[in-house]
Amino acid sequence: MVSSDAALAVRGVSFGYAAQPVLRDVSCRVGRGEFVGIIGPNGSGKSTLLKLMSGYLSPRAGEVLVDGQPVARYSRAELGRMIGVVPQETVVSFPFTVMEMVLFGRTPHLRGFGFEGPADLAAARRALERTDALDLAGRAITTLSGGERQRVILARALAQEPRMLLLDEPAAFLDIRHAVEMYDLLRDLQAEGLSIVSVLHDLNIAALYCDQLVLLDQGAVAHTGSATQVLTYANLTAVYGTEVYVALNDITGALNVLPLSRAHRERLRAEFSEKTNPATEKSR
Amino acid sequence: MPGAVPDTFLTRTRFVRVLVILSLLLAAAIIGSALVGSEPISLRHAVFGGAADNLDRLILLRIRLPRVLLAVLVGGALAAAGTTLQALLRNPLADPHMLGVSGGAGVGAAVMLMLAGSGTVASVLAVLAGAFAGALLAMAVVYRLGSVHGRLQPYMFLLAGVVTNAFAGALIMTLNAVADFFQAQGILFWLLGTLQTESYGLVAASAVYLLVGVLWLMRHTRAFNVLTLGEEGASQLGIDVSRTRRSAFVVSSLLVGASVSVSGMIGFVGLIVPHVTRLLIGPDYRLLLPAAVLTGAIFLLLADTVARGAFGDTEIPVGVVTALCGGPFFIYLLRREGGRGVE
Repeated sequence: MVSSDAALAVRGVSFGYAAQPVLRDVSCRVGRGEFVGIIGPNGSGKSTLLKLMSGYLSPRAGEVLVDGQPVARYSRAELGRMIGVVPQETVVSFPFTVMEMVLFGRTPHLRGFGFEGPADLAAARRALERTDALDLAGRAITTLSGGERQRVILARALAQEPRMLLLDEPAAFLDIRHAVEMYDLLRDLQAEGLSIVSVLHDLNIAALYCDQLVLLDQGAVAHTGSATQVLTYANLTAVYGTEVYVALNDITGALNVLPLSRAHRERLRAEFSEKTNPATEKSR
Repeated sequence: MPGAVPDTFLTRTRFVRVLVILSLLLAAAIIGSALVGSEPISLRHAVFGGAADNLDRLILLRIRLPRVLLAVLVGGALAAAGTTLQALLRNPLADPHMLGVSGGAGVGAAVMLMLAGSGTVASVLAVLAGAFAGALLAMAVVYRLGSVHGRLQPYMFLLAGVVTNAFAGALIMTLNAVADFFQAQGILFWLLGTLQTESYGLVAASAVYLLVGVLWLMRHTRAFNVLTLGEEGASQLGIDVSRTRRSAFVVSSLLVGASVSVSGMIGFVGLIVPHVTRLLIGPDYRLLLPAAVLTGAIFLLLADTVARGAFGDTEIPVGVVTALCGGPFFIYLLRREGGRGVE
């Protein structure tokens, strides 16, 4: 693939101290209009990779390209107009209204002291409509439920009118309905041309929504590709260090990854070693 | 915006309206306060009476007005510093006095007073520079001690502030003990604060600091809004976080340093005023900051009026009045907000 058609490219990026690296020689790319999922065990460097992509952190080695240009080449405001970020959780210390919160998304479009113009208000309004949160506009952000708040934060990112969204487990604290609504909305946004990168814990969601997956293991890319290429029993067992059950879902056509309890894992192992001895599959 | 819920965001109209109303209230407070004192005066006679033997005018212009104006300026400056620190630390409990910044300024001012003496223009500048440096140093210490792995911990920085404040108090006591000429100022001046002045020069200098400081901060108010979301969030919305933080540090130190060098350590203004102002007009810093300056001016003016008028001929230090209001207020805020704020 030529890098010029990539919305974002990570090239040989390392981060952290050489003795204790957080990321080692990570490379991956996000095509225009693609939905890319970053998956991996706790502490594998997923969130760090996202922060490098947004330009908040700078790599020790390698580079991150946004629209073919190194991320360090852009000003903070330029990046804010291209990339919207939705963190896992937003701590709000002061009772800003939802409208004020979403208007913060216009910050990279404004300079110095001043008031938002009609274009800014229109963008904020569109973003609130898009996330079905317009009726919350007058509420204080501190009074919202987790699901409502996450919609507002997404609306803030949309008010930036970015070409790309970076999300860190946007549904981490949401129940299954609100989670699915969030990802459905992301898919709609993707259909409208946004490139989307999301850190995901839920492998089923990853299989269901992502075009490409990046599986991180201890700060390095273990596997990349489509869900069927990445979410295999062998890959997941090796990277997560526990056996899982991988099956094709008849209804969605996507893979399902299901956990196995210790009893199941032991039975599986016993059956496995009966067939092939000695077992080598489960070792890294 | 047709259809938009009114008052859900800051408009130019609301900005102007709020500031005009607060300015009128401040003007009323200035006139009212100037009439209060051990000697009753007639405003009409002071303004329109003849120049000869006009005692009312003399009292008004020589004694009352400089003090009233100083209260307005110091109140505004302390409120601006507190409001700014709260954005910086993302915590409504931050206050320059509580965080030991005023204490640092007090030590710096006291040291310069020992070295440079008082009375000359150079010595006044030296005291101000000392207060500024002390405030900046205390701010850096508290910020450093209050962060664990680069993240601000609310209880850590509050405790760091309390310790810095106590330490600064002890240093001032020590300086007072070893330097006898320092007693001319009186230790209560530094520890409790007073707005007693007859000098329009002092008032004019304070006005310059307040004006420069507030105008400087106003340029960053949009950034302060976003900074309350955290450094990462602010940075991703296009804010140069370290530049904003540096400005906020320096300017609030300057405001606190200037206030302490003219009036000693007056506490809690920077705690009470931003909170009450936020309750009244909302948390948008573009309006909150200038509104807090006006509210702070009104608050300290009223506190000083109580300090000099409430107990007959006996005057109590204005810092005592603000502390009597501020102590319980802080406890109330701590109980309410302590569990929230920064994670």
